[in-house]
Amino acid sequence: MSSNFFIQKAKEIQIVIDANAPEIEKLDQEIGDGDHIFNVQRGIKLVIELESTIKDLTASKALSQIAMKVLSGIGGSSGALFGTLFMTMAKGNGIDEGIDYKKAIEIFAQGVEAVKQRGKADVGEKTMMDVLIPVSNCLKKGVEENKNKNEILSEAIDIAEKGMLSTKDLLATKGRASFLGERAKGHIDPGARSSQLMIKTVCESVLNS
Amino acid sequence: MKKFMNTADNFLKESLQGFGAAHKDIVNCYYDPNFITRASPTKDGKVALISGGGSGHEPMHGGLVGHGMLDAACPGYVFSSPTPDQMLAAAEKVDSGAGVIFIVKNYSGDVMNFEMAAEMMSGPNASVLTNDDVAVEDSSFTTGRRGVAATVVVEKIVGSLAEAGGSLEECKKLGDKVNKNSGSMGVALTSCSVPAAGKPNFEIGDDEMEFGVGIHGEPGRRRDKIKSAQEVTSELLEAINEDLKPEKNEEILLFVNGMGGTPLTELYLIFDNAKNVLDKKNIKISRSLVGNYCTSLEMQGVSITLTKLDEELVKHWDSSVLTAAMRWGM
Repeated sequence: MSSNFFIQKAKEIQIVIDANAPEIEKLDQEIGDGDHIFNVQRGIKLVIELESTIKDLTASKALSQIAMKVLSGIGGSSGALFGTLFMTMAKGNGIDEGIDYKKAIEIFAQGVEAVKQRGKADVGEKTMMDVLIPVSNCLKKGVEENKNKNEILSEAIDIAEKGMLSTKDLLATKGRASFLGERAKGHIDPGARSSQLMIKTVCESVLNS
Repeated sequence: MKKFMNTADNFLKESLQGFGAAHKDIVNCYYDPNFITRASPTKDGKVALISGGGSGHEPMHGGLVGHGMLDAACPGYVFSSPTPDQMLAAAEKVDSGAGVIFIVKNYSGDVMNFEMAAEMMSGPNASVLTNDDVAVEDSSFTTGRRGVAATVVVEKIVGSLAEAGGSLEECKKLGDKVNKNSGSMGVALTSCSVPAAGKPNFEIGDDEMEFGVGIHGEPGRRRDKIKSAQEVTSELLEAINEDLKPEKNEEILLFVNGMGGTPLTELYLIFDNAKNVLDKKNIKISRSLVGNYCTSLEMQGVSITLTKLDEELVKHWDSSVLTAAMRWGM
């Protein structure tokens, strides 16, 4: 896994997010303030623009640059949360000596844990954590149980979708949607939907490679 | 939306450029990343105060940079938190080696971004988190109470202590004390429009007011039919007093803050009405501040802040200050 891997995945994510943009925007207009999709699209674009800057960098330096770009370029809570994810992954032990799928899962799980701390949100609060935490747990468990790579990734895709769908019936306690109280029920959280799509894209891409 | 602007993209930049040019004797403005510092470098050994938040609350915080108050301010886009690269660049410029105090309003985006800056900083630093708004416990943008106008009071008083040579630890302690001694609550008569959004942040009827409104127009305690100024003032003070519990004969600072679209005439009228209430309760208005300090773009609205004073706070409130928006004693 090299700096090129990050950019390639960002490009694949961009295609999927763009294709689903109207749906995510609609979800956000129903329970948020409608800017989530633009933040996500801007963030992905900024990462892709880093291609020439990071192509010769080590994984840790490339991830640090991606983190700073996302932090300053998206801003607000989303910038801080995604920035925390990449910043933590950049600090992953020994990642410059090569990243196999087990290492990738280990640093992703550390990143998700840091995002959980930063946002002070857990499963069940109608946020992207309803996707990220179960996926992270499922990946870690797969490695512990010595399952093969493709089995783990297929499970993660299913778990991400379940997590995303679970936000539909949850009451929001964090973020904009929390003000709506009962009114936010019945709507999928836009942040959960965008993270589920990103996870699905990366997992499928690695599965087929 | 009607606004003096050219394009939404250039709105903040042009405003900062104007601010920097108009007050070049007091501040320097830096761009990409955006931050504002004092025109003169931080004295050796002086703790540096850095604040910041979304733009649209001017003069907070850029207008409070200068002798006796902030060393730097980081403006985010309108109603959007600034980012860690801004805080780090500002800290780099103003840290004299004695450390940096970040003054942060309790809003999720601000808290997360300042937290990251603090983690990335190599030098000593501490943060004072303000949460003076008694209106709601959790809001659409916060966990816990919101940080609003008392932030101005914190910046004045901690700024004075830092100027007098207070240590990082002493500054942090005093900041927390001022925050704890303060309570605020606001009410809005009209909405406000973020330039990039192009439409009002919330809808409100001609005969309605939002009681307990936040500084971005986020909902407060309830939507009411508009009442007389005396009734509104009494209700605001009742909510603040219930939380702050000032004692009989206690000395306080009464701060009547305009939200951007309320004329001073009305702010002074509110001050008079507040004085009626406090006089009856034998609460002594020992210091006062009236004006637009913590605004919400063009919103017609007002907030009242009470800060319980003691000798230490009075001393630091009275000390000299020279910023674009606040100046006395020099």
